[in-house]
This record gives sequence, structure tokens and C-alpha cells, in this order.
Amino acid sequence: MLKKFWFLSIIIIIAIILPFIVQSSYYQHIFILILIWGTLGVAWNLLGGYTGQVSFGHAAFFGLGAYGAGLLAFHLHISPWWGMIVGPVAAVIISIPIGLICFRLRGPYFALAMLAVGEICRLIFTEWVPFTNGAMGILTLTTFSSKLPYYYIGLVVLLLSIYTVYRLMASRAGYYFVSIREDQDTAESLGIPTTKYKMYSLIPSAFFSGLAGAFYMNYMNYIEPSIVFSLPDVSIMIIMVVILGGVATLWGPVVGAIIYVVLSELFRSSLGSAHLLVFGVIVCLVIMYMPNGVMGEANKIKKLFRRKGTHIGSEMT
Amino acid sequence: MSLFWQTLICGLLLGGMYALIAIGMTLIMGVMKIINLAHGALVMVGMYVTYVCFHYWGIDPYAALFISMPALFFLGCLIQKYSINTLIGKESILPENQVLLTVGIMLVLTETMRMIFGSDYKSVHTSYTGSSFFVGDVSVSIPMAIGFVIAMVFTYALHIFLTKSDIGRSIRATAQDKEAAILMGVNANKITIITFGLGSALAAGGGTLLIPIYYLFPDIGHAFVAKSFIITILGGMGSTMGALFGGLTLGIAESFGATYISMGLKDVVGFVIFIIVLLFLPGGFKSLTKR
Repeated sequence: MLKKFWFLSIIIIIAIILPFIVQSSYYQHIFILILIWGTLGVAWNLLGGYTGQVSFGHAAFFGLGAYGAGLLAFHLHISPWWGMIVGPVAAVIISIPIGLICFRLRGPYFALAMLAVGEICRLIFTEWVPFTNGAMGILTLTTFSSKLPYYYIGLVVLLLSIYTVYRLMASRAGYYFVSIREDQDTAESLGIPTTKYKMYSLIPSAFFSGLAGAFYMNYMNYIEPSIVFSLPDVSIMIIMVVILGGVATLWGPVVGAIIYVVLSELFRSSLGSAHLLVFGVIVCLVIMYMPNGVMGEANKIKKLFRRKGTHIGSEMT
Repeated sequence: MSLFWQTLICGLLLGGMYALIAIGMTLIMGVMKIINLAHGALVMVGMYVTYVCFHYWGIDPYAALFISMPALFFLGCLIQKYSINTLIGKESILPENQVLLTVGIMLVLTETMRMIFGSDYKSVHTSYTGSSFFVGDVSVSIPMAIGFVIAMVFTYALHIFLTKSDIGRSIRATAQDKEAAILMGVNANKITIITFGLGSALAAGGGTLLIPIYYLFPDIGHAFVAKSFIITILGGMGSTMGALFGGLTLGIAESFGATYISMGLKDVVGFVIFIIVLLFLPGGFKSLTKR
């Protein structure tokens, strides 16, 4: 426990002093992207990883959060930072009816229903031009010229989401979530109100997806429906990030986000548009050979390295 | 009234071609019990094969069916044999691992095509692309009519194949009960490979038939994947005839949505039908006939 505490403190301290070590604003931009994707991954992981409800439509919540912030600036001309409150709340409010409808379905049916929800949101926000400005998108002004404030706000958002998931999973609800994932019928027969606890899992998940969306809006200053509600670039990419890092692990989504963002930036300069191809190949290989992701198979990987040093016979006993 | 008939005919013809794509997906769903998210990407690859045939070798799109369908059959078999089948029996936290793998495959196929052909829109212009004939005062586009007829021929041929041939019967047996089929001496592993190949070939067929009236770019697969899900759920998982009626229904619904609601919202009509069917008729049309 003490070891874990020190490990965690070191990570947080590194995260805090990192932008002072790396002063280039390009690298700081990459760090901020990692924070956004990490938050999204952690949020998806709560519903998809721990509770086992694989959602193909989390772009709906991300986009609602982003538009919650953007529309405030667009219609009321107030700072989009208020969207950091309004955006996630909007995502939660919309998530409740979605959950009540979609949680009646299971497994692949649920995944498909969420896919439809995400696409419906994208189409509505594209077509409802008077309210959302349609495909022209929403443009706001930059608040800070330096990247540092964004970095720290993003870091707080990410740590908040990780802490929330950590506390949830350590509580009674967390055990309920895992039992729903492992066997829903058994969970129900043991007296767990499964639909209610799926909702308890969806609401924080939608909240943090919306928060990430609102932060994205404030950082990028420009959103349009085809960016924030995108099926391949948001909904599916979140899943890929979490799968890569490790499903149902606390730090897996963050590791996945680091791999995804670093890889895509690395290959974007050398391979151009093929950077997603490399990422896709890596995802396929990870699913085939490390089905629980990098963090999920961490023990196996550790063992692999340790085995080289120690006597093989000690493994047998 | 002529607008009504025009909309109906147009939707019906389009729906026939959608149905061909969806039948491919429903076959895979029935046998593998997974949703294949790479299906749209397979349609897209089939369309690019046809595009290459037409653009570089001057082969007519309908003749190119004989190239694109075998090519995709082969590709589908390879995908199933060397990636998806290796996951069977592997321990993982999420049971949907095979589904997620198809997402990865979709990404790889889409990005490979983007690398080769670039992101710009392509189209195939044949001599008959814009031409049409009139039935009463309703105009019928010739490529759509040809596509519809060929799609129906394929659907019927597939129906005969599934009910009469030995492999077809094995496919249906595996879809009904995999364990029992294995006990009866069906090589289930081989059947899954053939099924995936067949599904991919049908996807390529549908894509090729659509190409004279559609445009083409690497991300077009996403639209088809959503459409074929809607149709599969409408018709009931694993039901060929259900997928046919589902396809026609979706085509007509989209067409009416585009005419009477708004062009941009026609896809919303499909999704709303999708969610309603999921909630109130989860077995699709298949469950109606069984009662």
C-alpha cells in the first residue's frame, strides 16, 4: 500500500512539473491531447470495462459536453468556461433517458443501440442549423495564450475522473458493476437491481465524457458536429484506446491514451495519413495476443522479463 | 400522387441493393454470433476493386462483379482464418473481443485504401449512369433497376444455395446450434471461414451494384455498416428473407424521409426505426412469421 502511495505521488509530481521540463508548446499540446483522451477513456472504461456495457456511442456525451460549452458562447455570449459545468450536466440529463431506453437491451444489441444514439445526435446537430449553426460549427476566442493553464485544468479533470472511478470501484457499487459484467442473470438473482446500477455506472461515465468535451471546446475553440460526434474518430477511437491500455484497469485508459496520441503524432510526421493504419494494426495485434490490454497483461509482461533473470526451475515450484 | 410512386419505386430499388449487403452481414451474424463492424469496410473495398477494374482496365461495373466478389470472398476467408478464428476460446475480460477485433480490421482496411487511393471522392461514369426510362409518369433510373434485378437474382441464388447444397445446409446447421452441428460431423471451423468469405462477397456485390449511382471514398463504409445493422435488426438476426424485407423497408423509409421530411434527416428516420424495432420487436420480422 505504501509502495503504491509513493508510486502514485511520483507520477503526480512528474505530471505537475512536466510542462516546465518540456517547454515546447507542440509537446505541451500533445500532453493536453493525452489528458483529454485519458479522461474520455477513463469515462468509457467505467461503463464499458467495469460494468461490461460496451457502448459504441460515447461521442454523443462528448459532443453534448462540447456543444453545451459552445452554445453558451454562441447564444448567450458568456465565457465557454461556464460550459465546464453546463456541458457535463447536459450530457448527464440526456444520458438518463438514453440509459433507460438502451439498458433494456443486452450485449451486441446495446452496443448497436448506442451506435444509433451517437449517429442520431450527430445528424440532429448537423441539421438543426438555427440552434447549433450546423456544419459551420462554433468558433470562440482563445482565453489563454499559454498552454500551461490548459494543461493544469486538463490534469485536474483527468485526476478527478480517475479518483471518482477509484472510489466508485472500491465501494459496494463497484462490486455490483463487476458482477453485472460477469453474469447479469446471476447478479439479478442475487438481488442486485441491475438496471439501476447500470444507470449509476452510465451517469458518471456521461458526466466525465461531457467534461472532457467541454474542456475540448475550451481548448480547441472550434467544434463542429462531424468532429465531436464522429463515429470513427471519437466513439470507436475511445474503445480502441481503452482496449489498447487495458480494459477494467484504473490506469489502462491513460496508458492507452499515451500510446494512441504519441503514436499518431509520431507517425503523422513520417507517414502522413497512414498513422491510423499503424494504429489499427497495433490494435488488432493487441486484441489477438494481449486480449486484456497493456495494463491488463502487465503481470504477464513483467513475468516475461523476470523469467530471463531467474532460474527457470523456480517458476515450476 | 406521382411523387408518391416515384418515391416508392426509388426506395424499393435502393432497398434491394441494401438488402444484398445486409444479407452478407446477417449470414455472418447468424453463424458467428458476433456483429461484424468491418462489414461496411468490406463493401468499400469491393467498391474500390470495381473502381480499379473500370478505371484502369475499362471493365463494365456489372462485369466487374465477377472480379470483385471472388476477390472479397478470398479476403474474407483470410480475415476469418488468420484473425477472428484465433480468438475463439481465448480468455478475456470483455466477451465482445471478436467484435472489437472487427473494429480494428475496419480501421486497417479503411486506412489501407486511404493510403492507396487518397481521401478524395471518386465515381464511376458509365454511358448509362444518368439514363432512365418511364413507367407511366414515374421515371426509373436504369442503373438502379439493373442493380435491383441483379441483387434479387443473387438473393434467390443464395437462398437455393443455403437450402439445397451441402455446404449451405452445414452453414444453416452451424447457425442453429454450433455444438450439435459439430457432433453431426460439420467442420465448424471451415464453415465459419466460408461464411465470412460469402458474407464479404455479398458485401462486395452490393457495393459494386451501387457504384454507378454512388460516389466512393474510404470512409463510405461507416454509412453502410450502420445501414446493414438496421436491416439485420429489422429482419431478425440470421434470417435471409428477413434481411430482404428489412432492406426493402429501410430503402422505402429513407426514400420517404428524404422526400417528405428533409434530405439531411433521412438517415435519422432509419435510426429511429432501428431503436423502435430493437425495443418493441427485438426478434425483427423473423419473429412475426413464427407466431
